[in-house]
Amino acid sequence: MSADTSPAIQLRGASKIFKTPSGGLHTAVRELDLTVGRGEFVAVVGPTGCGKSTTLTLVSGLEEPTEGDVLVAGEPVNGVGDKVGFVFQQDATFPWRTVLSNVMAGPRFRGVPKAEAKEKAREWLARVGLSAFEDRYPHQLSGGQRKRVALAATFVNDPEILLMDEPFSALDVQTRALMSDELLELWAGTGASVVFVTHDLEESIALADKVVVMTAGPATVKQVFDIDLPRPRKVESVRLEPRFIEIYREIWESLGEEVRITRERGAANVA
Amino acid sequence: MSPEVLSTPVVDTAKTPDRSQSRARAARKRRIVVTVARVLLLVAVLGLWEVLSRTKAIDPFNFSMPSKIWDQIWTWLTHGTAIGSLGEQIWYTLYEALLGWVFGVIAGVVAGIVLGRIVFLADVLGPYIKVLNSIPRIVLAPIFVIWFGLGPASKVASAVVLVFFPVFFNAFQGAREVDRNLVANARILGASDRRVTLQVVIPSATSWIFTSLHVSFGFALIGAIVGEYIGATKGVGLLIAQSQGTFNTAGVYAAMVILAVVALAAEGLLTFAERRIFRWKPASSGS
Repeated sequence: MSADTSPAIQLRGASKIFKTPSGGLHTAVRELDLTVGRGEFVAVVGPTGCGKSTTLTLVSGLEEPTEGDVLVAGEPVNGVGDKVGFVFQQDATFPWRTVLSNVMAGPRFRGVPKAEAKEKAREWLARVGLSAFEDRYPHQLSGGQRKRVALAATFVNDPEILLMDEPFSALDVQTRALMSDELLELWAGTGASVVFVTHDLEESIALADKVVVMTAGPATVKQVFDIDLPRPRKVESVRLEPRFIEIYREIWESLGEEVRITRERGAANVA
Repeated sequence: MSPEVLSTPVVDTAKTPDRSQSRARAARKRRIVVTVARVLLLVAVLGLWEVLSRTKAIDPFNFSMPSKIWDQIWTWLTHGTAIGSLGEQIWYTLYEALLGWVFGVIAGVVAGIVLGRIVFLADVLGPYIKVLNSIPRIVLAPIFVIWFGLGPASKVASAVVLVFFPVFFNAFQGAREVDRNLVANARILGASDRRVTLQVVIPSATSWIFTSLHVSFGFALIGAIVGEYIGATKGVGLLIAQSQGTFNTAGVYAAMVILAVVALAAEGLLTFAERRIFRWKPASSGS
């Protein structure tokens, strides 16, 4: 019963400490508390290298927290679960598989029969507009098309929780806006909870219900802002609205300080 | 004024096919020049050898000469060798090399992938593999002849030990250097450990493994030849040993030429197979 009412994701006092190759300890995430409701789109912004991505790997089960608890749908995370989808920053399509076979990979890994997996994969390829490319190999596609393959390959598994680690940061500005709109469209039908990590404040406001500002590393939550812009949104037009600019200014006040701290630290390290 | 402005681009578009044609012609010309230069170089080297040998500037007994080597190959082809037909000797050597190569590759790939995936095993076995690798493995050939006799088994064994290590190290490296993102992605998509190994690690290690396959077929041939040279009843290596025993220098060279042809043919087959397997890879600028 608790599984139905509990929030989609809960991090309670989660810390992650890595051993560095030189034998030292590096704290990536420190005493992080974060709750993501069901069907909520949460964007996490923070200075580069502050530990945002580590937060995602903790939720995904790829890494275990050193301290604290990570709960998904009220259950503690124990390894990679089947509720989670993850879109990576870098290309993670399998280069030796065709587009169709890449999208089929998830269902096939999970034991779905071949014919059914193919049908589902074709359906999602149609939704991302790549039906004509199903026999191509990833190297024959553009960066934006490869990202679409990655999105289809993630959505085809019907994830309850969608983790995105700066998924569009490698794309050019126009493609990026286009992909953001597509993401909102794809997501609208699924009811999945999303954690979207980015360092781009505009992107985060345009997409999310809630923006979480992280501190300079080690990362912990500094402030949470609710975004009350109406949906459905179009990324290109929403950023021109006065309310958007107001929110932007408000959040930047909080985020800018952390960015400054990170930059000063970097300067100190160089000196 | 305006007619001039208009005419300029027209002239330009008229020139474009011309330019691409002349470029194609230049490329064709260059290819011809390269081929001609290659043939000339070969003719010059062989001619010089022949002339020096005939004029006794170099000792014809020790160094032989191209015409004699060709005569020897021709005699072997038409009349057979002292130990049977030439085809049989080549087939014997090829059979031993191929068998050794296949066993060596299978063992190397399996061991490399297993150790690449299981860190504990790699840590335990690491130093021993280094020790084994540091033995010059060619010295094992006489031991194999003692163990397995004069038949093909001893040649196959020496080919296997020569092939195993380069393939093993490449497969190991390939398994270790799999893109972590791909592994993470496969795990998130729901792949079990076994599936990660079969469907992510092995495919991404194949390009590493194939690099070693090219080198290792040469090693397999070396293993078979050395084995035959030390003691055999048939094979090109035995042909070399016998030619040497009868002070037939031309015979030694002739056997070398035959081996080169065999190795090149095998290399061609391998490249063909590689092209088919790596259709997913972006075409390299070389091909």
